[in-house]
Amino acid sequence: MVTTLVASAVTRPGVAPVRVGAVVNRNMGALRSGASYWLVLISGFFEPVFYLLSIGIGVGALVGDITLVDGQVLPYATFVAPAMLATSAMNGAMAETTFNFFFKFKYAKTYDAVLSTPVRPIEIALGELVWAMMRGSVYTAVFLGVMVVMKLTTIGWALAAFPATMLVGFAFGAVGMIFTTLMRGWQDFDLMATAQFALFLFSATFAPIQNYPVVFQWIIQLTPLYHAVEMVRDLTTGHPDWGTAVHALYLVVMMAVGLYFTGRRLERMLLK
Amino acid sequence: MTDQSLIRARGLVKRFGDFTAVDGIDLDVARGEAFGFLGPNGAGKSSTMRMIGCVSTPTAGELSILGLDPVKDGTRIRSRLGVCPQLDNLDPDLTVRENLTTYARYFGISRAAAKQRALELLEFVQLADRAESKVEPLSGGMKRRLTIARAMVNEPELVLLDEPTTGLDPQARHLLWERLFRLKQQGVTLVLTTHYMDEAEQLCDRLVVMDAGKIVAEGSPRALIETYSTREVVELRFGESPLEGFRDKLVGIGERTDVLPDRVLLYADDGDAAVNEVHRRELAPSGVLVRRSTLEDVFLHLTGRTLVD
Ligand SMILES: Nc1ncnc2c1ncn2[C@@H]1O[C@H](COP(=O)(O)OP(=O)(O)O)[C@@H](O)[C@H]1O
Ligand SMILES: [Mg+2]
Repeated sequence: MVTTLVASAVTRPGVAPVRVGAVVNRNMGALRSGASYWLVLISGFFEPVFYLLSIGIGVGALVGDITLVDGQVLPYATFVAPAMLATSAMNGAMAETTFNFFFKFKYAKTYDAVLSTPVRPIEIALGELVWAMMRGSVYTAVFLGVMVVMKLTTIGWALAAFPATMLVGFAFGAVGMIFTTLMRGWQDFDLMATAQFALFLFSATFAPIQNYPVVFQWIIQLTPLYHAVEMVRDLTTGHPDWGTAVHALYLVVMMAVGLYFTGRRLERMLLK
Repeated sequence: MTDQSLIRARGLVKRFGDFTAVDGIDLDVARGEAFGFLGPNGAGKSSTMRMIGCVSTPTAGELSILGLDPVKDGTRIRSRLGVCPQLDNLDPDLTVRENLTTYARYFGISRAAAKQRALELLEFVQLADRAESKVEPLSGGMKRRLTIARAMVNEPELVLLDEPTTGLDPQARHLLWERLFRLKQQGVTLVLTTHYMDEAEQLCDRLVVMDAGKIVAEGSPRALIETYSTREVVELRFGESPLEGFRDKLVGIGERTDVLPDRVLLYADDGDAAVNEVHRRELAPSGVLVRRSTLEDVFLHLTGRTLVD
């Protein structure tokens, strides 16, 4: 079912990688020419590192080690770091595919001219998503480097976690794009930011979900960031198992659904 | 003509909510032709152009572009079109050259070929010396030329130009006309909209006059003038107003009279003879101008309104 969804989102009247690449190429051109864009790029990196330092190290000194359900005992910083990593992969991708994407097609009219070319709306969306991932993976790689230096993971497990963070970005980026096609105006972004922040607080980020009431645990297990955090944590702590694969599957489905509905809605919205 | 038609429309309709912008038009544009839509603001020209450009879905009616269905084959059609929209939508984040090379990539043109093509086109629209500039500092005429160059990157068979020279000074307009004329000579099919009759007369082999979403007349500029106007027009001004009273006093001179707020138009094949008759009747106009009939007169006759308000 998943493969059908992905396939139909991507092949429905023929997505051409060349044209998706051309959209990425446009963004690289704009990046080269605009100095201010670099500032945005750099600032996106510091946020998760600051969280890691203040909470992982600061709060970690008070909390000490924590014990997971499977009996693993981890220093608090080792527990928190992968959550920061997954969250920053989510935030990075969503910033690009919601806020920036909305601004580009509503106000900057970046795509008006592109729509007159063979490039299809879904190819614009995919191009933006790939671009978001290229940007996001720079943050992720640097953050993983910081984790290795701080001995919060090993080089080997950092390399294994890297593609997992890409999956997180693709899944949230794709769903973010559906939201963008439904946005009525900027006020809706506040709602989305609030939702993202709630996910950030409760998705087994700062405490194992076993600390919450059972009903609460069920709800958390339905939400996406929980699966992203758990998947990335399984890898950076070096304990992948079947659960990790389930988390990954959740995110693959999420990406497929995101692309499918984005493709359908964009066409209707842009080709008025 | 149908299998030759690059554009064929039957009963084409575009509605926005319950407002009808294009109200059932028929079109046939042949290969190699320069075809125009002449009409005032709000006539539905841009809405029609956007449907032809496959960036707007028709509400009703038939439309075929290059023999293909724009709803099913939008991508294939657009790969063979060049589009110059009413408002320039150049990419402000890119340089003049990059605007062309980046655009070429959307058509799947290789990096090397795009670079070569950009060089030629910048030469063609006389912007080679501004290649590394950003778009913003360019003048209106330069931006327009760049947009036209961009429309040519994929060597299109059909070029759509929505009001190519609106807002430009006369010199910039003439330069653009001259470039468009060269394209036409190269065999490119041009479809353009305008509310300037001189532009329509200069560039179009054939045109339709559009008003309130409908086509009210069709033909070559010359044929339209012959059908809907006389060879010459006499413009009369009088010191007094209102001018309505002159309608009766001018009866029998020329073929027809139009009374505008500031002047009276007398349609006559021989303008000088008409003027002589006006003087013979001792109507004492304060100003007299005899001129050739234009598409403006055709439009006025067909719709009762002037083209540019
Ligand atoms: N996207 C749209 N939504 C609502 N009304 C529109 C839209 N585009 C055009 N119109 C209306 O349709 C009419 C025709 O517009 P247009 O095709 O731009 O005319 P023209 O190009 O001849 O000036 C105008 O009254 C315009 O306000
Ligand atoms: Mg218009």
